[in-house]
Amino acid sequence: MSEEKSDLIDVQINGEWHSFPKGTRMIEACRLAGFEVPHYCYHPKLTSPGNCRMCLVEMGMPPRPRPGEDPPEPDEDGHVPISWIPRPAIACANTIAPNMGIRTESEMTEECREGVMELLLANHPLDCPICDQAGECSLQEFSVEHGNGQSRFREQKVKKPKNVDIGPRIRLDDERCIMCSRCIRFMDEIADDPVLGFTDRGSHTTLTVHPGHELSNNYSLNTADICPVGALTSNDFRFQMRVWFMKETHTIDTNCATGCNVTVFSREDKIYRVIPRRNDDVNSDWMPDSHRLNIHWIDSEARLTDPLIRDEDGKNHRVANWAEALQRSAEALRDFDGGEIAVIASARMTNEELLITKRLVKQLNAGHVDVVPRVGEPDGYLISADRNPNTNGAKLVLGVEDPGASLDQIKDGIAQGRIKALICLQENLVDDAGFSAENLGKLDFLLTSYPLANPTAEAADIVLPGACWAEKSGTMINGTGRLQRLNKCIDGPGQTRESWEIVRDLIQALGGGNGIYSATELFAQLGDEVSEFEGITFGQIGDLGIPLIETDETIPLLEREAERKAQGLIVG
Amino acid sequence: MRPLTNEPCLFAKPTLLIRKFSFSMSFEVPADVEAKVDERITHYPVSKRSAVLPVIHELQHHFGFISEPAVEWIAEKLELEPIKVLEVVTFYPGIRQSAPGKYHIRVCRTLSCAMAGSYELMESLCETAKIDRSGVNHHNPIAVSPDGKFSIEFAECLASCGTGPVCLVNDDFYEAVEDAGELLGKYK
Repeated sequence: MSEEKSDLIDVQINGEWHSFPKGTRMIEACRLAGFEVPHYCYHPKLTSPGNCRMCLVEMGMPPRPRPGEDPPEPDEDGHVPISWIPRPAIACANTIAPNMGIRTESEMTEECREGVMELLLANHPLDCPICDQAGECSLQEFSVEHGNGQSRFREQKVKKPKNVDIGPRIRLDDERCIMCSRCIRFMDEIADDPVLGFTDRGSHTTLTVHPGHELSNNYSLNTADICPVGALTSNDFRFQMRVWFMKETHTIDTNCATGCNVTVFSREDKIYRVIPRRNDDVNSDWMPDSHRLNIHWIDSEARLTDPLIRDEDGKNHRVANWAEALQRSAEALRDFDGGEIAVIASARMTNEELLITKRLVKQLNAGHVDVVPRVGEPDGYLISADRNPNTNGAKLVLGVEDPGASLDQIKDGIAQGRIKALICLQENLVDDAGFSAENLGKLDFLLTSYPLANPTAEAADIVLPGACWAEKSGTMINGTGRLQRLNKCIDGPGQTRESWEIVRDLIQALGGGNGIYSATELFAQLGDEVSEFEGITFGQIGDLGIPLIETDETIPLLEREAERKAQGLIVG
Repeated sequence: MRPLTNEPCLFAKPTLLIRKFSFSMSFEVPADVEAKVDERITHYPVSKRSAVLPVIHELQHHFGFISEPAVEWIAEKLELEPIKVLEVVTFYPGIRQSAPGKYHIRVCRTLSCAMAGSYELMESLCETAKIDRSGVNHHNPIAVSPDGKFSIEFAECLASCGTGPVCLVNDDFYEAVEDAGELLGKYK
């Protein structure tokens, strides 16, 4: 193959010839050709030390002619017969070469895998029935596929520390550890907090933190995700639920504008855990602990489950049904001029919800519209300064140019009696937007919808139970301008409804149009009203999202990964 | 876990000690030792981390062992997390984590010496120096006499296979050792 022809290299995998770019790792070439190479230590986002030996394959190269001998004749495709090397090679750290041959299904490869499995299992405890990793354990899976049904090991297993408290969110079982060092490399290379290491290397190799130090980094739970066995488990999730009982839903994290792609694990409308889902344009393979653990309020006692109406005595709320609550709201709202009505929506709402909110604003001719901004310190990894997941959506769809800019005007308007009615959607104005209960008390009418009981709801005339992020579908635009799908994972408790349903019903009660039966219908209508959405279908967005608008925001962790990839340190 | 003491005492306890997490003891490296350490580091201009082993040797040469504060000191010196130093310290049996005696004895137990009676020599040395080796294990190879004068451990081949059993006392080499009392008597 001539050099100027291309950067593609021909490789024979299990008898078939394939072409891959120069520099492709053997393991990736096999994967692309449709052959899985079992592995533990290799991870495309981390350096490859090649220490687990599970990815050993049989490898061959073009024969080297002896002095005086002619090189072999290439066939019509330019390939020469491969001379197979009697020694196996690791597929994870080696790159492909021209006319290379790889066998992932040969007798030698199978023998290597069986041998490696036998050694890994020699000291591994047989505690799968009480191990959280069971069901998603590479050691279990490869043991079935490549292991031997019986152990020949008759000696005492090596004893190592168990149930070690190495940090606030992670627990370590050293006997289960197969020393792949993924966690150590993650903490060294990605989290820049190299607290993990191996001590007593040899037959007693022990994963540990330094005495007096702990694994407390906000990205520590990623080590449990990449641990191929049950050595590192999440304190939050351990012993809560067997993984095979849970439903997996692909959705996105809504704790900040990055919108980390996640898989939500739920059973019977309860979320048990959230783990990151790979998206090389958003969160790579990672997510912060603080975001993934922010799920326990979803099934808390504080959830609002029924529409509430303020009693005639004006003090307490009573449980009502949707029809009554919406009817009362519509009746009350009809008494006000548009200029006396303010609508405060949320940048935590989906584009679809914001679209229908815009229609409500139009219907009411409301004089004031805003969303509540949330700003925090960016962490330089994945957490964005903007802690709202859909600020770009609020700007683009609802048309709020500068989120939060008119909140003070609304407060003043209420204080001066110019604003008499307020609709607050998916926000808690007292705790999150600096409204005082006294200020809200001056309103003639306050309608609020929120997932949790809160001081704003206490001051409200009508309280509507709203669905949270995990209980609704829709789309959001993240900080970098990427359009991503939020998928419904569980049903909300009691009579909760998604915000688009609430707003649709309110518009209908006010005498407006109807005919919307799903969030996807609203998405289809987005294209008519917002030019950026023109021609985009809901299905087209897929699991990984699509770039929608240009912003000047970048994700620092991705930039650093791109650098490491350019240096050839990682596959990426 | 390998035992580790933060007390720079001569009497290392033979039983497993729990690693202590806070250090009130002050750990000081004398200026001349630090100067040697700094010089060693200059040999590795690309990565300071490469100097970890030579620096450990310097400190062990001075203190006799690598204590937890020593690990922290080295880590700070080389701009590493302490765990990266501890990894190295725990890997080499030659790097001690607890204090040896004033005289440290290494008895060869490789084949020729073992056949020539090194296990018997170990026993009689322990008896003479009143050393209890019952606490010795994989993580804790050294036993120290109650008075702190002698410590002992098995070593692999000391390169004198024709004249076993052989042993080292600090840096002195002894071949065909027969009388433990006579040998230890040389050390006051």
